[in-house]
Amino acid sequence: MAIKVNKFKCGYCGACVGVCPAGALELVETWIEVDDSCTSCGICAKVCPLGAIEVSK
Amino acid sequence: MKDYYDIVVVGAGPAGSVAAKSAAKKGLSVLLIEKRQEIGDPVRCAEGVSKVWLRKHINPDSRWICADVKGSRIFSPDGSMIEMAEEVAGGEVGYVLERKLFDRALAYESAEAGAEIFVKTRATGLIIEDDFVRGVKVMHQGEEHDIRCKIVIGADGIESKIGRWAGIDTSLKPADIETCAQFLMSGTGIDQDYCYFYLGNEVAPAGYIWIFPKGKDLANVGIGILGSKSGEKTVIQYLEDFVADKFPDARILEIDVGGVPVSGSIERTTANGLILVGDAARQSDPITGGGIINAMEAGKLAGEVAYNAISVGDVSVAKLNEYEKKWRSTIGIEIDNSLIVKNVFIKFTDKELNGLAHSLKGFNFSTMSLIDLLYALFKANRKLLWDLRVLFKNVVKYELDFER
Repeated sequence: MAIKVNKFKCGYCGACVGVCPAGALELVETWIEVDDSCTSCGICAKVCPLGAIEVSK
Repeated sequence: MKDYYDIVVVGAGPAGSVAAKSAAKKGLSVLLIEKRQEIGDPVRCAEGVSKVWLRKHINPDSRWICADVKGSRIFSPDGSMIEMAEEVAGGEVGYVLERKLFDRALAYESAEAGAEIFVKTRATGLIIEDDFVRGVKVMHQGEEHDIRCKIVIGADGIESKIGRWAGIDTSLKPADIETCAQFLMSGTGIDQDYCYFYLGNEVAPAGYIWIFPKGKDLANVGIGILGSKSGEKTVIQYLEDFVADKFPDARILEIDVGGVPVSGSIERTTANGLILVGDAARQSDPITGGGIINAMEAGKLAGEVAYNAISVGDVSVAKLNEYEKKWRSTIGIEIDNSLIVKNVFIKFTDKELNGLAHSLKGFNFSTMSLIDLLYALFKANRKLLWDLRVLFKNVVKYELDFER
């Protein structure tokens, strides 16, 4: 997994899921799951309203 | 939960509930699933809605109406105010809703019409055979079920996966999403008769700050900025700065966050056995960010078209094109027009925004419709607003209505 979602900051709004070009993210009830198709592009971190996502390249 | 329905609707927001209701009213067997355990929660919305359009879908009910708005006050970066009063848009402006109760009321109406509803039930994939969507895989209380159906209606919001699973790329680029945050606040002291909008690249780059009254001394104080402008500073930080400056003594009762699609119409919203509606179909308005009315309009059309398709035993993409045609020739035109305005708006400097506000000094808005106002702006700022000229050509034809 190449991104880390801080679940204590996350507002589980799903904006990150909508922008993921790889379809690697999913909003499952109240948390975000990331699968291994994530390319670390960082778009999710850029648009997150709460700054809850960290990208490790 | 049965293992077969005529229609499965994924997502119980306004688009999904209205789709479920309109299909069930036609006598189809309908399953409406919602992954959250509570319909309507958490809120991801500023909750403003046009009165006239709302009434087309549900009777207004004081249980979910927080405020009755008489006008708007728009502030340019230097603080110049443009006030648009009730008479501007023909005597009817808007309500501010309690979405938690409103969404539940819509779901209730779908249940009354005969739809089955399951909450805490998530779609995990589609059943696809011979290039046709034939059902949904769902997770309900930790167990997977295959539910087959004739048509799936994807109303699964900004985070939609239904379209992607059927081969429709609904992913949004950073410039195609407004990233938003909102505080429900007490003690702002705003006039409860008005919605307030603050423009400017310092406070909300390529977006705006809104304050919508929510009754008593409550208000939704929120912000949306274009995704491409976000990153260095998060949208919640912009909101905290605004609130610290404007309402240092107000209290925060709730934090809401969310993304709003502002891409404009996407290429395709149907596949064999599949229809997308609402935010899942990226049908929110690119300039206002409003999505409730478009979602309900699309939901209603989707339910009706699904009925027509099932009645003749043809759920192919060719038959479902009836839905594409209907939404694109109604809400689609508004969405396309708003996209033109958005593409001009997001480029304005603060100086240009101030200039626009100043150019309206001396106009009497009480006798103007919003399109008159835009036209007055256009006439006074032809060079800056040249890209908007196509709108005024369209006005006569379609009676452009930005109030949705």
